[in-house]
Order: sequence, then C-alpha cells, then structure tokens
Amino acid sequence: MKEKIRQFLAKNKNTENLTDDDDLFEKGFVNSLFALQLILFLEKEFRVRIPNDVIKEDNFRSVNAIVGTVAALTGSSAD
Amino acid sequence: MEDEKKIKCVVWDLDDTLWEGTLLAGDALVLKEGIREIIQELDRRGILQSVASKNNHDEAFAELQAFGLDEYFLCPRIHWGSKANSIREIGDAMNLGLDTFAFVDDRASERGEVNFHLPEVLTLDAAGYREILSLKRMNPVFVTEDAARRRAMYRDEMERNAAEAEFSGSSEAFLQSLGMRLRIAAVTEADLRRVEELTLRTSQMNATGYTYSFEELRALIHSEDHIFLTAELSDRFGDYGKIGLALLERTADRYVIKLLILSCRVMTRGIGSTLLIHIIRRSLNDGKPLFAEFLETERNRAMYVTYKFMGFEEKTKDGKKILLAYASDIKREYPAYIQVSPAEPL
Repeated sequence: MKEKIRQFLAKNKNTENLTDDDDLFEKGFVNSLFALQLILFLEKEFRVRIPNDVIKEDNFRSVNAIVGTVAALTGSSAD
Repeated sequence: MEDEKKIKCVVWDLDDTLWEGTLLAGDALVLKEGIREIIQELDRRGILQSVASKNNHDEAFAELQAFGLDEYFLCPRIHWGSKANSIREIGDAMNLGLDTFAFVDDRASERGEVNFHLPEVLTLDAAGYREILSLKRMNPVFVTEDAARRRAMYRDEMERNAAEAEFSGSSEAFLQSLGMRLRIAAVTEADLRRVEELTLRTSQMNATGYTYSFEELRALIHSEDHIFLTAELSDRFGDYGKIGLALLERTADRYVIKLLILSCRVMTRGIGSTLLIHIIRRSLNDGKPLFAEFLETERNRAMYVTYKFMGFEEKTKDGKKILLAYASDIKREYPAYIQVSPAEPL
C-alpha cells in the first residue's frame, strides 16, 4: 500500500528526500486538484469510499497518516 | 437548445473566403471587403479564430502575415489533409467543444465534408460573410474585458501547456517555475460582468452556486455588510485575467463566506487555497470567527476538499447544505510558489 501511495505522490510532489512522516502540506502545497486527485486515487486504488468526515488535513498529512487512514477504512493492515 | 450555443471559435478557409483569388493559381490576392473589420470585431467579442486551408503552409502563412492578420489565428491548420480533421485538432488544442465551432468556406464540398464528420459544427457559406457578425450565435451575452483578451489568454495557455508537457519534474516543481502573482482587490463596477459570468458559468470550483441578479451584485459592492473580492492571476506566460471571486458576509460577530469561485482554468494552481488563506488571515486580524456555506453538488467535491484541507470543519449539515467553520487560530502562510498582493488583507 505504502509503495503505491509513494508512487502517486512522486508524480505530484518533490519527493526526493521525503520520509514517511514528513508533512506534505507544510509549504502550503494544497492545490485543489492535487487534494481531490489524492482522494480519488485512494478510493479507486483501495476500493474504499472516503466519507466527508474523514476528509481533513491531519488524515493525509504524511505518507504514514494516509496509510493509517486507508487502513482504518478498509480494515486491512497497513502493509 | 443545442443550436443556441454561442460560437466560441470561427475557423476560416483562405482562398476565395478570406481573400479573393487562389494562392496556388498565382492570383493577385485581395482581402474581401470588410473582412478585416469582421475578424477584428469577432476578436473583440472574445470569439477565437483559426484557419483550415488546403495550401502549402509556408506560402499561405506568409500571405496572412503580409495582410497583418496572422496574429488573430490560433493553431492554424494549413495543409492538404481533411478539414474535418483540422477542425477536430483545433478543438482539442483549444479544449473547446466542437458544438461551439463555426466553419466558413466558399466550397460546398468542404462544408459537406465537415457536416458529415462533425455535424455539431456550424458551417457557413463564405458568400454570406457579411452576415456573420449579426448572427445570434456570434453575439455573446456580454463582452467583458476578459473576453476581449481571450485570444491572448488562450495563446498563453497553450504555451503553458506545452511547457508543462515538456517539464520533467513533479507538478509541484512546475508550479514553482511559473512565477505566479495573485492580486486580490475589492470588486468594482467594471468587474461586474465578469463577476456575473463567473457565478453563472462555474460549477466545479464553486462552493455554493448561489447566483445574484446584476443589480444585486452591484448592491453588494456598496454593502457595508459584505466584503466582495476578486483575484487576478498572472505568471511568466502572461495574464489569466480575473479568475477568482469571494463574497463574505460581515455580521457583528462573524464572517460567513457566501461565495467562493475559481475558474476551472486555474484548478491546478492552488488559487482556491491561497484565496482562503487571505480570508482566514483577515478574519484572524479582525478577531472574528470564520464560517463558510457549502452546497454539495455532483461536481463540486474539489471545493469541499479544499475547505477541509484548509482546516475547516463541518458545523451543521442540512441535506446538501453544509455550514463549515475555520476551527483553528493558526494564521496560515501563503504557498511559497505564489506572490500575493496585498500581502496583508486590506
């Protein structure tokens, strides 16, 4: 799961030195399309519907946060 | 109803349409009487123009340059292939539906080919060129300042897209390379047509979809209880024009965002978030809690995500109608890749 998410991010962000805990939004990089594409990518890739109350910064703040969010929704383990 | 769509692009043939005579036959070419004025007027109305002509490209283009008309035509297709294909390519390059295209040619066979393959394109006999300006579909409801600059904006946009396609880094790095500048200002009388256009035409990047009559919009400019803002974007390729709109209602104890609209042309630029940061900073400066109305539609989820990723939380929900609140006292910083003026809210 983590690898697929990192691949998606690499297309959109400068991920060269990105660790799994780094803050994706730290530099104010939150364009609407990226945020929406991230949500849509996760929903399609992991066959899950991300409800409105889960859509917030903290749940997508880092690679690890995203993995945790998706895992909680799918009931799967983080790997 | 489809027939009523306004024309956004006119594609011209050259020989015996734009000018009298046939280039390849060695005729002395003369522009048709009044054609220059027609081209200039369509341009002023914000209608884009292009060329589909069967000729040798370099010679025909040199003629257009000699007439001083080349700058009016975006992505001209001058070659010996099908004109229907040419029109399709022009539509793709401009990202416009072909049901907003018109094609002018003196030859019935060329119009027939286009009719057959692209029935949604309006075909016009060059013999009737003097009537073009008075056709209802050639008359936009409003001609805004931005409409008159549409050709330049499309040309910039095509260059931008080409640069993005060639760019090898991430989309974040591409944004950093654009050198974007966002100017936020109070709506003025001169903006009202554009403001109305944004409220009527934007569906994806529109938080509420509320519409107002022209008179209501004008009243909002002067209202003590409202803050009405436009955002104008430019980058190293040129101007995008006025692409953002926000309406805040000011009460004794709070700000409520009634409208937040961004042109879909800037959806990948982070402008929605930037405009929101501006509003957040203002509300914190003024010590007033910030709320935002949101009306859920099939198409505006990106806007919901924008709010939520900016620290807004749902306060109440009544069917499709949501009240969001900025649930933090963090004064957010503007993204590093965009220069905002004024830096501090007025």
